[in-house]
Amino acid sequence: MLDTLRDIETPEGVELGLRAAGLPVRAMAWIIDFLIRFGIDVALVVALTPLGRFGVGLMFIAVFLNEWFYNVLFEVLRDGATPGKRSMGIKVVHDDGTPVGWSASLVRNLLRVADFLPTCYAFGIETMLLHRDFKRLGDIAGGTLVVYADSLSAPPALPEVRPEPAPLALSGTEQHALVRFAERANTLTPERAEELADILEPLTGTRGETGIRRVLQYANYLIGRR
Amino acid sequence: MNQERFEQLHQAQWQQLEQWLEARREKKRKADNDESTAVFPHLYRQVCHHLALARERHYSNHLVERLNKLALEGHTQLYRSRTGILMNIVRFVLVGFPVLVRRESRVFWLAALLFYGPLVAMWFTVQQWPDVAYSVMSAPQTRQYEQMYSPDRKVLGRERQADSNFYMFGVYIWNNIGIGFRTFATGLLFGLGSLFLLIFNGVVIGTVAGHLTHLGYISTFYSFVVGHSAFELTAIVISGAAGLKLGLALIRPGRRSRLRALREAAAISVRLIFGVILFLVIAAFIEAFWSSTTAFAPQVKYFVGGLLWLTVISYLLLMGRGRET
Repeated sequence: MLDTLRDIETPEGVELGLRAAGLPVRAMAWIIDFLIRFGIDVALVVALTPLGRFGVGLMFIAVFLNEWFYNVLFEVLRDGATPGKRSMGIKVVHDDGTPVGWSASLVRNLLRVADFLPTCYAFGIETMLLHRDFKRLGDIAGGTLVVYADSLSAPPALPEVRPEPAPLALSGTEQHALVRFAERANTLTPERAEELADILEPLTGTRGETGIRRVLQYANYLIGRR
Repeated sequence: MNQERFEQLHQAQWQQLEQWLEARREKKRKADNDESTAVFPHLYRQVCHHLALARERHYSNHLVERLNKLALEGHTQLYRSRTGILMNIVRFVLVGFPVLVRRESRVFWLAALLFYGPLVAMWFTVQQWPDVAYSVMSAPQTRQYEQMYSPDRKVLGRERQADSNFYMFGVYIWNNIGIGFRTFATGLLFGLGSLFLLIFNGVVIGTVAGHLTHLGYISTFYSFVVGHSAFELTAIVISGAAGLKLGLALIRPGRRSRLRALREAAAISVRLIFGVILFLVIAAFIEAFWSSTTAFAPQVKYFVGGLLWLTVISYLLLMGRGRET
């Protein structure tokens, strides 16, 4: 199917869903990180250069660490997210959904060099666009995945109306569709809700406002309200 | 069973797991020996079971999402790799790294050939036809090297003042480890990058050494490089070997898919790179604080340099034998 949801199977035999993050959001995160890294570099140069040759030596080491290990340190120690990734709501995980470790993070970040070639991350962007999980070369070799760090949305308020059973037995998928409609009813425009409910005319026997109400009643019954 | 009843029945367990995960997030490791930790695996497996049920019974999306998130976080906690990092480092240095280099001896020797081959060839070529040096390096570059190792210099290597040893240490870290990383990473392009950088560095180093030898700057040049060369050159070869391993996985994946071969090769290569970092830090330290000193006679420096070469060779050849598993 053409979506960004990746299922990982756990040893317990259930599948957990992860949403892979695409190019634009990752590029934004990279730009933020780039600015932060650049700021750190500038701060290091300004702070350490006046300390003479010793300071400059220290500066080289610090700039080296910043340029090569900024991503690795944040990803491993801060739950898979650099500041840029955190602000964009994404993080790095292993292919199996577990938090990224030293080896994988080092692979994916050292191989940035290859992703960057021939210039401006051309290879990396190309592979991301071709890969179904938006992986760049470093992700492929490291076995890592960049996913949305989901936060749970508020529970949908299923409008409470007097529950009533549907006039005939509904299959699982049909029940599911009714409940999902009811959950979304408050966020739909009245016209759209009416349009959708009208499809169920054979079931509800009415159209328009009362049709919507009927469907909500069935849904209330289905989730167990009495 | 309808959804509301299902929720009522299991709500307590879900909340318990949510609280445990929350506490765990807040104080990280402290929760480890807690009593509540003992029930965590059980709670987690319950939630996995509930998630499967909720999906099968087509309960509302929100409930499935909530259980999915809960199971995902539980999965993350239960299956995260434990890293006793200090112990691992010590073990890696004493056993893991030399064993790994020996196991990967094929790419190691291939990289060594690609590096030392051009190096030795250029060295002899320059002895025979000194002008060849100028087709590798520009005239100003050549003059710079000549100045650095001219016998009437007090300090060997680059220009430096009394407090600049640490400065050079910084430069070497920044420059040399960067080269090592690039030699490795560009191997992903079917090995071509590593191939090029190994040969290129071999040619340049061979030419410089040959040129200075031809000029007769022997004791200044060799007494400078002999100390750190053991660690530095070996590290460059190993980072090239790690890069070639990536490339070979793509060219010759064997009976695995290319993706799988690459992933497995990368997992091994990155451990070689851990060793390369260690070697290059040692090399930078020696180069900055020992190689440049003129307080000792060249003979002493040759002796120490020889000792360091012997150390590197016997370390890679002998350490961890019999403890390969």
